[in-house]
Amino acid sequence: MPLEVVFLLEQLLNGLLVGVGYLLIALGLSLIFSLGGIVNLAHGGFYAIGAYAAVAVGNRFGFPAAFIVSPVLVALIGVAVERLLFSRFYRADPILSLLLTFGLAMVIEQALRMAFGATPIPFAIPDFLRGQVFVGDFIYSRYRLAILVVAMVAVFGLWLLLQRTAFGRVVRAGVQNPDMVGALGISLSPYLAAVAALGIGLAGLAGVMLAPITGVHPAMGSEILTASFVVVVIGGLGSFWGVVAAGLLVGVVRGMTVYFVPAAAEASMYLLMLMVLLARPRGLFGERIVRFE
Amino acid sequence: MSQKTPDATLPFLSRRRILQGIGAAAFAGGVAMPAIVRAQADTIVFGHLTPLTGFLGPLGAYAQMGVQLAVDEINAGGGINGRKVTLIMEDSVNPATASSKAERYIERDKAAVLIGEISSASCLAISQVAARNKIMFVNTGGNSDALRGKDCNRYMFHVEGANTQYVKAVGAAMLRDGLIKGKKLFFLTADYAFGHDLSRVAKRYIEANGGQVVADELVPTDATDFSAYMLKIRQTRPDVVISNLAGNQITNFIKQYSEFGLQFPYGGFGFDTAVAWGAGKGAFGGVWPCIWHHDVAAPASQAFVAAFTKKFGKPPENQAWGDYVAAKAVARAMTETKGTDTAKLIGFFEQEPKLDILKGRQGYFRAFDHQLIQEMYTISAKPVAQVKDQWDLMVLGPAVPAANDALDVIAPTPAENPCSFPV
Repeated sequence: MPLEVVFLLEQLLNGLLVGVGYLLIALGLSLIFSLGGIVNLAHGGFYAIGAYAAVAVGNRFGFPAAFIVSPVLVALIGVAVERLLFSRFYRADPILSLLLTFGLAMVIEQALRMAFGATPIPFAIPDFLRGQVFVGDFIYSRYRLAILVVAMVAVFGLWLLLQRTAFGRVVRAGVQNPDMVGALGISLSPYLAAVAALGIGLAGLAGVMLAPITGVHPAMGSEILTASFVVVVIGGLGSFWGVVAAGLLVGVVRGMTVYFVPAAAEASMYLLMLMVLLARPRGLFGERIVRFE
Repeated sequence: MSQKTPDATLPFLSRRRILQGIGAAAFAGGVAMPAIVRAQADTIVFGHLTPLTGFLGPLGAYAQMGVQLAVDEINAGGGINGRKVTLIMEDSVNPATASSKAERYIERDKAAVLIGEISSASCLAISQVAARNKIMFVNTGGNSDALRGKDCNRYMFHVEGANTQYVKAVGAAMLRDGLIKGKKLFFLTADYAFGHDLSRVAKRYIEANGGQVVADELVPTDATDFSAYMLKIRQTRPDVVISNLAGNQITNFIKQYSEFGLQFPYGGFGFDTAVAWGAGKGAFGGVWPCIWHHDVAAPASQAFVAAFTKKFGKPPENQAWGDYVAAKAVARAMTETKGTDTAKLIGFFEQEPKLDILKGRQGYFRAFDHQLIQEMYTISAKPVAQVKDQWDLMVLGPAVPAANDALDVIAPTPAENPCSFPV
């Protein structure tokens, strides 16, 4: 293979690895929006809480403990927020929940700043995941491969949950027609709480996994939120695989842009979003959700 | 401007100035949550601006601590000629917001001086407000040479080192270690005013010393993932990798460089100690320039470190040094000129009095471009086994220039960076 092609292929694969990072956050965002109609601008905040919790737990009990405790903790916070705040806004004007979560995002960021300080907190890759894996001329960070595995397990687990269980059937029905679900005598309320726990817990998981790479600081949530939104929009609302495809696509496009036009790296995803929306206003695999039309 | 009650000054203000003030206040008040601090007639107001959010935010937090400590000490020592100092501080956010907040400080809060900032782009915006209102602005964190050259103005002074000072300080160490002459260097550059300026100055230095810049990759300021850049570095196989990055970018660069196990020697031309603290033990490496470090042995420096650690529970970062030194220098100028008249303050500094800046040698503001002429240092990683705590990651190199060289040999020359103050 000519060297140029090897380089490109390497960037392409790396782009996929970067994309799975966006995925964990975008899937939760999409899930919460699809079922409850809440655009959760505080989602990045929960990601940041996950990272800080990982530091607090990890420094005392090691990374594996942080990996388990932190997402669960964040999911529990998610349930509390859903019960106390989100639940009051499902039937309200979307602008109200937008304001609520926007405010919540600021409160979380500032609270983290007050509690832990504004400076980045070091959080190292655990020793057993340090180092690189070489395949021929290709190089991979071992830790990023670990992220890939965790993300894949999370994505397939979520998919199975939504497609193959009674729980998933109710959730999917609730996305399409909540009134009909109600008419069948099923209360969506516990499902909304469970979906918030899942979605927000996934953000916490992403926080643990990405903290050693991107650093732990109060604004880390707002940094990742925009990219995740772009992924959801490109993928299309309500579409599980659309979000997965979009996450990977954004990663790959970004990697390619760094290769050819580095200065445009962060702009590339917005350009991609623009092009996708022009061609397919509902996103790549966006479904028609009657109540959002 | 002398202190008068608002009623006494009103008739002298033009309608346009009042409208400007109202507009700026309304705009800034709408986007921020200002701490409303009213200037009292008998106090002197220091207006402080620095980014608290975004990729420079972590440094801004230290800037606020530094200036707070300085003002506390000034007031504890009886103030300036018996008048206490009132400190007002806000997040400068971005150049547009920085500009309107500076305007409001001057118009509404009657600030006698503006201090702070880290972003070179916001520095330029604040300096324009300062010049328009004839109020002094002391830049404590903006590095770009252009601020001291093409964009220089009479009302702006620079405690922060110019990019050239950073480049020449660490450049000497890199030359010594054989990292420049005959070598291929790979640049990563922050994609905004500071990075572009630093890349230009660094390229000039490297080419003048027989090195070759084989790539200069612009990195967006909001980039957190550097993996694609790491692959590109590995593919290019340079002799040396150079960071012209800023703030959090440097932390992420260092961490991910270590994550990918790249073996090319590396370093950078811009640095703050907080970025090494953020990278943590084991990940930090390379050779870097530094304007001040808490291990600088001068007695005044150690007294500052002790006072700071007592107040805030952690050692000062170099950005805290900058804002502390700036506030102290301004206080001294006001004490010696017996007032807050801007023309007299500028006149005082332009006589190039020696200033205690918590380093081995005293510094002075150079009259022709208002740059603080001072010692710089180099930093490298401390071997992991010797690291005592989370702050103790770095080995401080000797002061540059060496003891028998003039301090200004590392500063940009008038030919490199011509400055003529607009009249």
